Amino acid sequence: MARESEDPAMTKASKVKRQRKKKPKENKTRTVHANILYDNAKGEENPNRHYANNEIKTTKYTLLSFLPKNLFEQFHRFANVYFVFIALLNFVPVVNAFQPELALAPVVFILSVTAIKDLWEDYRRHRSDQEINHMDCLVYSRAERRYVEKYWKELRVGDFIRLRCNEILPADVLLLSSSDPDRLCHIETATLDGETNLKQRQVVRSFYDLDCDFNPLKYNSIIECEKPNNDLNRFRGYIIHRSGRRDALYKENLLLRGCTIRNTEEAVGIVIYAGHETKAMLNNNGPRYKRSKLERQMNVDVFWCVIILLVMCLFAAVGHGLWMFQYGDKRPVFDVLSPEGTDLSPIMSAIYLFLTMIIVFQVLIPISLFVSIEIVKICQVYFIHQDMELYDEETDSHLQCRALNITEDLGQMQYIFSDKTGTLTENKMVFRRCTVAGVEYSHDANARRLAMYQEMDSEEEECTSHGGTLPRRDSVTSHQSPHGQCSSPPTSVLIPLCCVLSTDNPSSVLQEKDITPDPQLLDKPTSQLPSDLADIIDFFIALTICNTVVVSSPNQPRQKVQLTSAASVHSSSSLITNRSSNKGCSSLLSSPSAESTLTKLDEEQTPRGLEHAFSPVPPCYDGKGWNLEEGELRYEAESPDEAALVYAARAYKCSLVGRLPDQVTVELPHLGKLSFELLHTLGFDSTRKRMSVVVRHPLTDQITVYTKGADSVIMDLIRPPDTGSSKGKRQKKIVNRTQNYLNLYAADGLRTLCIAKKILSKEQYACWLQRHLEAETAIQGREELLFESALRLETNLHLLGATGIEDRLQDGVPETIASLRKAGLQIWVLTGDKQETAVNIAYACKLLHYIQAKFLCSSTEQATKSFHGSFAPFEIYSSSSPSSHSSSHTAAPFTVHRLGLVIDGRTLAYALDKSLEDKFLAVARSCRSVLCCRSTPLQKSMVVKLVRNKLKVMTLAIGDGANDVSMIQVADVGVGISGQEGMQAVMASDFALPRFRYLQKLLLVHGHWCYSRLANMILYFFYKNAMFVALIFWYQFYCGFSGSAMIDQWYLIFFNLMFSAFPQLITGTLDKDVSAETLQQLPQLYVNGQNSEEYKPYMFWMNMIDAFYQSLVCFFIPYFAYADSDVDLFTWGTPITTLALFTILVHLGIETKTWTWMNWLSIAFSIALFFTVALCYNASCPTCYTPSNPYWTMQRLLQDPLFYLLCVITPLVALLPSWINSLQKPAGTSSASAGSRWGHPSPAPRHHRGPFYKQSNRAGGARWGPQTLRGACQISTLYFLQK
Amino acid sequence: MVKQEQEIASRPDNTAFTQQRLPAWQPMLSAGIVIPGFVLIGLAFIGIGVALFVTSQSITVMELDYTGVERTSPCFRCSDPNVKNCVCQLDFSIASLFKGPVFFYYGLTNYFQNYRRYGVSKDDDQLSGDLDSFTSPSDTCSPYEYDSNNKPIVPCGSVANSMFNDTFKLYQIVNGTKKQVPFDGKGIAWWTDYNVKYRNPSVTPLRDAFNGTVKPLFWPRPAYELDPSDPANNGFINQDFLVWMRRAALPDFRKLYRRITEGDYAQGLPAGNYSLEIAYNYPVLSFDGRKKVVLSNVSWMGGKNEFLGIAYLVIGSLCIVMSIIMLIVYAKFKFPEEE
Repeated sequence: MARESEDPAMTKASKVKRQRKKKPKENKTRTVHANILYDNAKGEENPNRHYANNEIKTTKYTLLSFLPKNLFEQFHRFANVYFVFIALLNFVPVVNAFQPELALAPVVFILSVTAIKDLWEDYRRHRSDQEINHMDCLVYSRAERRYVEKYWKELRVGDFIRLRCNEILPADVLLLSSSDPDRLCHIETATLDGETNLKQRQVVRSFYDLDCDFNPLKYNSIIECEKPNNDLNRFRGYIIHRSGRRDALYKENLLLRGCTIRNTEEAVGIVIYAGHETKAMLNNNGPRYKRSKLERQMNVDVFWCVIILLVMCLFAAVGHGLWMFQYGDKRPVFDVLSPEGTDLSPIMSAIYLFLTMIIVFQVLIPISLFVSIEIVKICQVYFIHQDMELYDEETDSHLQCRALNITEDLGQMQYIFSDKTGTLTENKMVFRRCTVAGVEYSHDANARRLAMYQEMDSEEEECTSHGGTLPRRDSVTSHQSPHGQCSSPPTSVLIPLCCVLSTDNPSSVLQEKDITPDPQLLDKPTSQLPSDLADIIDFFIALTICNTVVVSSPNQPRQKVQLTSAASVHSSSSLITNRSSNKGCSSLLSSPSAESTLTKLDEEQTPRGLEHAFSPVPPCYDGKGWNLEEGELRYEAESPDEAALVYAARAYKCSLVGRLPDQVTVELPHLGKLSFELLHTLGFDSTRKRMSVVVRHPLTDQITVYTKGADSVIMDLIRPPDTGSSKGKRQKKIVNRTQNYLNLYAADGLRTLCIAKKILSKEQYACWLQRHLEAETAIQGREELLFESALRLETNLHLLGATGIEDRLQDGVPETIASLRKAGLQIWVLTGDKQETAVNIAYACKLLHYIQAKFLCSSTEQATKSFHGSFAPFEIYSSSSPSSHSSSHTAAPFTVHRLGLVIDGRTLAYALDKSLEDKFLAVARSCRSVLCCRSTPLQKSMVVKLVRNKLKVMTLAIGDGANDVSMIQVADVGVGISGQEGMQAVMASDFALPRFRYLQKLLLVHGHWCYSRLANMILYFFYKNAMFVALIFWYQFYCGFSGSAMIDQWYLIFFNLMFSAFPQLITGTLDKDVSAETLQQLPQLYVNGQNSEEYKPYMFWMNMIDAFYQSLVCFFIPYFAYADSDVDLFTWGTPITTLALFTILVHLGIETKTWTWMNWLSIAFSIALFFTVALCYNASCPTCYTPSNPYWTMQRLLQDPLFYLLCVITPLVALLPSWINSLQKPAGTSSASAGSRWGHPSPAPRHHRGPFYKQSNRAGGARWGPQTLRGACQISTLYFLQK
Repeated sequence: MVKQEQEIASRPDNTAFTQQRLPAWQPMLSAGIVIPGFVLIGLAFIGIGVALFVTSQSITVMELDYTGVERTSPCFRCSDPNVKNCVCQLDFSIASLFKGPVFFYYGLTNYFQNYRRYGVSKDDDQLSGDLDSFTSPSDTCSPYEYDSNNKPIVPCGSVANSMFNDTFKLYQIVNGTKKQVPFDGKGIAWWTDYNVKYRNPSVTPLRDAFNGTVKPLFWPRPAYELDPSDPANNGFINQDFLVWMRRAALPDFRKLYRRITEGDYAQGLPAGNYSLEIAYNYPVLSFDGRKKVVLSNVSWMGGKNEFLGIAYLVIGSLCIVMSIIMLIVYAKFKFPEEE
């Protein structure tokens, strides 16, 4: 039978193949056939042969290609090309200056260091690739008619593979069969997006009702799907069966490579994308490369160095031409003819000399600078990574530096854009209050309990309420502290048990589960009007089912709760009907019960006999047993809000007990388990700001839509009440009251959600369904169609109620914000939350002050409408808050700092308009704090982009969720919080922090250090090279500008690379201009980096002038000391080299603010290295190293007292100005460090200092003057206002 | 226990290094250190400066220009490049004993031995006695590599070719008769030069090694006949040649020609009249050069040079002055600040 079915498939497949051949490239889709059909055929017969196989190779190089490819990549860096060019120039005999082979040394050294680094990294990638490629998986083999073990790399597109529980998926696989009775397969996607909750995947519908095991031999369908892409949340295509029927495929059918199979014993699938075409691999981008501000600035100065170099060369060339010219035809005896024996014309020699000079002066462009910067940055990253204070014990996570080359940008930030939820707050949601049908249930007990916790030691609390991403039973039990974290105070005896139980829960937090029901609401059913009662029940049902929460049981982690015991007649019947509906796509189905909920509820009051009629589950009204059973269920939600709501509903005994793709089972009080047939889930998206589920009510058989979403959107979708009838009036009242409560909640800083429902008639549903199905099966523009379809459905809703969820502030947020503020950072909060909530949180974290004039910009619906046309919408600003607006213009300049701007998403859309963005920025800049609420991810990134581009400031964006990713990517530095909402933000970020408060140390301390270290090192580098090269330049005046150098070529080439390389690296890595304590105590010091005060353009020139001065000293002191003597070229040049080295090292010593043993060691090492190399070099070969041939020079010099006398006086004279300068100006920063040296915190830094320092302190004070002054003004203004 | 260790696996090491808390010394430059420091440095420098200056003063130097640019100069007639084998005589007198050992230098000005292409123009292998390089000198010697008959030049290159070839004889006029002052031509070059760096080929007699080669164009005699008086002072280890080959650092330089250490003059040149006989060969007028003869004695610090002593004195005094200024500033600002 299998045979028979194969042959037509073969012919069909070959037909398809022929078609493919005709238009191979035009295909926008991928066609996948089963491989086993082609097992006997040759490889080329297989239509899948064009697709990548599953062997991954992330290495960049092979053994053969390494050298050319690596060199090619390295030559992308312009500097390398330049240095190679110069080295090659040296091979041209007319212009060469050094031994050509020697001139290659530095370039080869730099290139090979980089190459070795690359090779090592590549080797490690190769090793891990090998490991992955050789993992095992089960692949169906037609020859053996069973699944056989194969390596991952042997897997091909079209293979059938069998997956077992806890196995990692080797490729992107279409799920065809699952051992799960519900044809589900659960996967954990933590390796892809960091989300630890289980995701359900579904067998392709056509294979849904296979009774027996899936038999690959019978498979003969063809899959058409889209080309490989990197969108994890998208997969579409269809499967074509032999019968010609098409079934759509969704992302729910696809298992992604890298995920782990959970809860499912066995699954079978067909490989769709393999190897590098899998979504996981396509998403696997390398580390990010950003260029820091400092580096941009440095590149400008490198450019200046090139100009200086060219000017110097030009000068020398002209000088040489003139020098030659003066001799005219009379050739002096020391002149050398050209190789042809003819005289070179002065012009030709000048041109040749120009090239020679470029070689001689090449050191001016610091070849080792780029390598040194990289080394220093790696060290900086290492230190940041190692910082104990940035380590979060709770989650055992470090700060991660994901971008390795922008550490110094951390010290130059000016604007911080922060997300609110999960960034400023903990993102641990606690259900606090709710309102149903216009009646508020304040849950006072809950509030009281929460308040009590907050009074407790927060540290202890941290220990117990640790982020639920990792099950850490031991640590929690060891941290047991007897406070009522886990349950209400009287039951403290039960705490240990409770904690143990609850800490097993991976994705929910104790507080979320732990809700004390409001007694008023709990007792409702007996005392309320029927319509209210219906609303209450609907409200809880909505809370329970309008989500994507997965239920699992804590005792068997990652094991789905099997509904075997609850496999009631009812649910199984509904399953059957489900399937029929799936196949026929018709909307009509039969139901065992057609009575309304209310009737049922009424009946429920009557004897139990009726219960049995529709619920075969043995009724268990015994509260205790019920609770115990419930306590074992655990909810895993994508967002903590959802979990909080489900737990809240459970507290009211309306608990979610199981979720299948087509069905949600809810346990209700008095009613037992009800299975809602889940017809559609319209997932949450940030544009709609709501989600909906379409269910068939099991009791009434009505098609019901439950919608949950932001109040701003839901309120607009509420069916306008019919004002005529009394019911309508009541409805209107309810809406108004709910709105009031919502405002109240928001004022309390709660996150609000509205719950609404809608009942669809069968005709309406059928009508909607038809268009929805069209949208679902569309391949082009499916997202848009589905979006419109959702919009069509979510109208005319009936408001059920609203909830308020609390999200507590993280520890230390107000302090951190305060000190970042003091550091001169502008902090903007961009949040998707509603205005009132956001404002409240802003007050709580001291972003806004109560005395601050708030400057609210929110456009009402009417305003929006009226201004939608050609009106300039910016007028909304002045119209909405005319008083504060005008006051900001009329008042004294510094009063603007009292203003806080609060702007909502809708207005922001106008503000970001091209014509208005300048005005918006002007207003925003004059405000002390800016708060954008209700903003979409896109708006967030637009705001960041606007500020960054228009104001030309350094921006930092910090956030934790997927909605912050775009903003994080746009900002100069993106920081991700590795918190509750998955890892997308972290994946996109440059730095990942465990907590918001670590931002303080990261910026104020590490940022400052990294910036000042690197800035000083770069300046020092320029100085050092210029100083060394200038020595040779001065010499040109005494050698006829002939490009001759008195410094031996070896010293010239290795001076940078070896002799003077280490101390600056040590200083660049370890130097601390100010201690960490002081930096944190005086955030004002951060201004230093913001204004780029360590490295201003003029400083480059100051350094250049200093370098030229020092080189003059180092040149002319030996010049005069040896004038009129019989000194030879290199006996004179070697002391100059030595002096230059001493001068450069001592100069570094002056720049170094803290001396550790490593500094001493590195300087001693440098000097020792120089003398060792010099002595060895000068003794090694009597006849080599033309033309200098410095045999025994150093040895003789060391016997010359003059040499030592020079070594004493020259560095002193050379460095006297910079030393006196450094005495005069221990700038504001170092004055603060003075007090804190030796690790003392410095309450009064001035006391230890001498007279110059006292003066300098004053200067330092003046330097922070504007800032402090402004701060003082602010304080006095505020004080004044308070009065 | 194991579990606990695992838990803190990613906790950073709490060491002074990783936490950037290495014990560090911060230079505390308070007035109490800086002012005495400056005084000490100043005093030490003044001390050294005085010693250097005194030493330098004790050195006698006598310079005699014999370029012959001026018509009055005895060497004027020799300065014409067309006059060959010209000898001129320079008379001078010494007023008091010129303390020995006296060093006899010749000096050139405006002569660029440090010209880059000039400096390259030699073959170190040839000069170390490698016979292969005799027949095929290095390219670096070009264009003084082969003569017009394509015979290799030994020693090749511009440096050797332009070797200084004036010779000097010094006579003391004692009672109207000339008494030659004996010159010591040994040890005027570096010991390592004539023992290690430069070697003659191990062929005896030496002239055989030079078969098939020609002498440098400007040379009057081939290399193996540089010093007829001493066979061991010929070829590449001729000391005059070695002195020349050690290129001067600056365009105005002097090179050691002979020392006066022997006989009656071991203690120095006694007062009296002297006559310097110069075999004038070397052309310098083409490049405005000057030729001179320098007689000098030396001290532990080398030849006469007042610069370093003065520099030390100036810097030392500067330090003292600065320390005084600082003291005034300190006294002035200390008290108001303390209030």
